[in-house]
Amino acid sequence: MNKFTSLLRKPITGTIIAILMGFLCAAVILACAGYNPIHALSAMLQGIFGRPKYMANIIVKATPIILTGCSVAFAYKMGLFNIGAEGQYIFGALAACLTGITVNLSPWLEIPLILLAGMAAGALYGALAGWLKAKFNIHEVISGIMLNWIAMYFSNFITGMEAFHKPNTSGTFPINVSGFTTFFPNWKATEEAAQFMKDNPFLGDILRTDFNAGIIIAIALVLLSSYILYKTSKGYQLRAVGSNRYAAEFAGIDVKKNIIETMMFAGLLAGASGALAIMGNNPHAVLEIAAFEGNGLNGLSVAFIANGSPIGCIFSGLLFGGLLYGGQSLQYVVGAPTEIVNIMVGTIVFFVALKDIIPVIADKMEHRAATKKLVDQKEGASS
Amino acid sequence: MLRKKLFKAAAAGLAAMVCLSGCAASQKKEGTYLVTMVTDTGGINDQSFNQSSWEGLESFNQKTGADVRYIESKQASDFTTNMDRACDAYSDLVWGIGFSLADSLINIASYNPDIHFAIVDQSFEDTPMNVTGVTFRAEESSFLAGYVAGMSTKTDRVGYIGAMKTFVNDQFEYGFLAGVQFAAQERGVPIQVDEQFTESYSDVAKAKAIANKMYSSGCDIIYHSVGGAGYGAIESAKENKKYIIGVDSDQSYLAPDNVLTSALKNVNVAVEELSTKAMNGEDIGGKTFDFGLSDNGVGLPKENKNMDPEVYQKTMEVQERIINGEIDPPSTEETYKAWLSENGIQ
Repeated sequence: MNKFTSLLRKPITGTIIAILMGFLCAAVILACAGYNPIHALSAMLQGIFGRPKYMANIIVKATPIILTGCSVAFAYKMGLFNIGAEGQYIFGALAACLTGITVNLSPWLEIPLILLAGMAAGALYGALAGWLKAKFNIHEVISGIMLNWIAMYFSNFITGMEAFHKPNTSGTFPINVSGFTTFFPNWKATEEAAQFMKDNPFLGDILRTDFNAGIIIAIALVLLSSYILYKTSKGYQLRAVGSNRYAAEFAGIDVKKNIIETMMFAGLLAGASGALAIMGNNPHAVLEIAAFEGNGLNGLSVAFIANGSPIGCIFSGLLFGGLLYGGQSLQYVVGAPTEIVNIMVGTIVFFVALKDIIPVIADKMEHRAATKKLVDQKEGASS
Repeated sequence: MLRKKLFKAAAAGLAAMVCLSGCAASQKKEGTYLVTMVTDTGGINDQSFNQSSWEGLESFNQKTGADVRYIESKQASDFTTNMDRACDAYSDLVWGIGFSLADSLINIASYNPDIHFAIVDQSFEDTPMNVTGVTFRAEESSFLAGYVAGMSTKTDRVGYIGAMKTFVNDQFEYGFLAGVQFAAQERGVPIQVDEQFTESYSDVAKAKAIANKMYSSGCDIIYHSVGGAGYGAIESAKENKKYIIGVDSDQSYLAPDNVLTSALKNVNVAVEELSTKAMNGEDIGGKTFDFGLSDNGVGLPKENKNMDPEVYQKTMEVQERIINGEIDPPSTEETYKAWLSENGIQ
């Protein structure tokens, strides 16, 4: 019994149970809406694991949200709620796109340059929210939300400018091919490649998707942020401010400077996410949008599923990407409307957020078992 | 003990899931014809061309019993993956709804030579053999809308709200402008046209703000060609008690007292007709189908309770003259200018 409860207390157990509970609840909702839940969920699993290219697509979908998730998680370690990740993402994507259109170098220079441009734009935008917080004590949630809107309309404005707008589309020109992080972008369009993909179904399957090198950069950045947080004195300062701002200040940590720096780094991660999306995904351009695409906002969910751990964001990002992508096949195969799919994804996230309840249940169970044992012993003694 | 049980249950559950997922029916049934459409980011309930296309497919399904499905795109990066997914299920025909999907469609079509593709609102210079383009002569219905506006305006000032400068939007814009000028010539009075662009098909608030401004500066009729964003303009017409001309589908149900008429773009007719042709084995690949007034691809609704019957009568006469080829509504800036000088309008 003790082993069982200690297993329950492990954070990972809570997460897994929460995910299973989420699926269970989603099944009930699907059944209520008149769809066969087993068929629906199996369609979803099929849509996630059915073919190598599905998994490749999930990695593609997960790449940006892993980074925005990490951005939120990083800021959260300092007690900052980076809801502005969406705007930082948009700015990063925009800067990356404009750089990719105007500059054409060899891929070895082009890709780092675009990435740097995206990171710089995101970092500056993040630092702006941090500066507002440090200087004028404006809460980062308020400024973040407002800055998101500014970023969106600014992006639409630039996209509509004649210099960048691709005629007869709703977006900019695509970036130069040298900036693509997809594998062999030029070769893929040739006849030879088509033949190769036919002969090698497994590789061909993956090559046909937007599968790109972005995930490697994303994981590297996540590891870097984890290193900064836990292995440097800077990270120690950040976490100290996050635990108790006043104690940290008393201990001689410059809180204001740290707020700006943290938001800057969080913005850098979100900006990198935007840059990777531009370099890795079709149509390799910024399109005019009327509503947020949700890359930054999904990052919030990713960060909290991961319990605020940057490395955890890799896994929760993949889970979230899987839900987003697999959810679409649920819609396609079963014919469930998108709303049901979104409710389902929402339910799973909701249960994951509730996972802290599992250790409490474990405590209760242990307590009950202990009392029962005590009662049994007493009864045994009295008889 | 409990742990063992739990483990067993979990293992059984997992096994069942794997088995079920293995035999899930994600592919089409044997012997049926499968048509899949991929929406653009407007989604399936956009009250505009995505919805209209789906209505066409649903009617196609009722008439022929073919299997029809749709996939919604949420972001531009979904276009390629959704197209690809449609091919995985061995669709026989894949529809891309909207010109935004053109690049993805061409890309995926080149990987899947056995599957047929069709796209709404796009023609290609060099159409691959397994791709069909579908375009609409929206300038014809817009010309009629412009004529109706020009004949009905009391203030001799009308408004036009466009989306963005694309070849599709140009058809609406210049068709409408020409229609207004045609009416102005007939009535012998100058009619001013205010023009503004939303730069978006979904920004409802912006369309509403533009419409408010136009109405307050003296326009009494506005024509919009901004898809879903047009709600805002219709809302504004209701609040200002002015007239608006709807687009794509008959929008009179949105504001029964304020919608003068609608410039229909019957995407459903085109989608259904071409799907049927493809199913019957007709070769529709490698070319572009152009739908206009003559084949019911575009037009005005028959019921227009806010329109003067006399104006409607005259409009139908103009429609006949367009179908005859007597009037050739312009669809671009150049043809519009040429049209103006041909007809002696300044």
